Amino acid sequence: MAQTVAQPTAATPAVPATLPLGAIAPWAVFFGVLMLVLLYFVGAEQGATSVFSGTGVHEWVHDARHLLGFPCH
Amino acid sequence: MNSATVRNLLVRGMLAGLAAGVLALVVAYFLGEPYVDKAIGLEEAHSPGSAHGHSHEHEVEVVSRSLQSTAGLATGVLLHGVAFGGIAALAFCFALGRVGRFSPRATALLLSGCALPAVYVVPFLKYPANPPAVGEGDTIGRRTALYFLMMLLSVLLAIAVTLLGKRLAPTLGTWYATVVAVAAFAVVIGPAYAFLPVVNEVPKDFPATLLWRFRLSALAIQVTQWAAFGLFFGELAQRLLSPGPAPSPSGRAVTAAR
Repeated sequence: MAQTVAQPTAATPAVPATLPLGAIAPWAVFFGVLMLVLLYFVGAEQGATSVFSGTGVHEWVHDARHLLGFPCH
Repeated sequence: MNSATVRNLLVRGMLAGLAAGVLALVVAYFLGEPYVDKAIGLEEAHSPGSAHGHSHEHEVEVVSRSLQSTAGLATGVLLHGVAFGGIAALAFCFALGRVGRFSPRATALLLSGCALPAVYVVPFLKYPANPPAVGEGDTIGRRTALYFLMMLLSVLLAIAVTLLGKRLAPTLGTWYATVVAVAAFAVVIGPAYAFLPVVNEVPKDFPATLLWRFRLSALAIQVTQWAAFGLFFGELAQRLLSPGPAPSPSGRAVTAAR
């Protein structure tokens, strides 16, 4: 562990090859949307807009919403 | 092969986001929760009849305070960590080798360092986090729209100036290209700060120190989240992409750099 922290790579540090956009795109689209949906439920559901009726989701993540900086109520 | 690398990075990003979320949760619970409680105490003392159209103790309690401040808080903070971890990992896949000659570890830390202001600090400075008792129930739609608009603007602008900086780098050199890019960000964000509507719904008698400390603790949560994410994810990405001369303890080599 200690030797991996300060790793004095001798010559030039290996520059990583770029990942082709075609390989990233499908992951970015599907998981990007999924992550945004997740953020919506944490940050905004049952505030300004509601997918589910009631206040259960809002009340459950109430404190997180305030502390994470999302407008809550 | 490359698709598998993206998948591996995505999984690591979500795990790193979760781990960083645990640290952020510790900060949120010990630093932030006391102020949330104090603000709720004030809210109840001042408006016995739920003036904010929001039930904390009165009426029917949907989720108890003790659950909100523990399991509820954990759910929110951890999911937030996983979600941003995943998004940041995807951004990392784009950035790797494209933003400059940086190792995976350095790229991850750089990305994290840019994400903190772009995703949080810039929107926060215009529309800061508010404790309970601050904010009127009927303006939630407008405030939500403005907050997410500011966040979207800030993130898109950060991406735009990164592309701009990359475009300018061959002619101006990396240093001046970066300076110009950051300046361009400030030049666009300045008018957005000036012209987007102001939201100030702090009640007249709300203690200033409580508001200030609540907001500082909200900032501390995000700094913890992103700093920890940058370090954790950088370490995981480095081990995945360039196992390097120093033998990693696991010795599992997935050679992506050819």
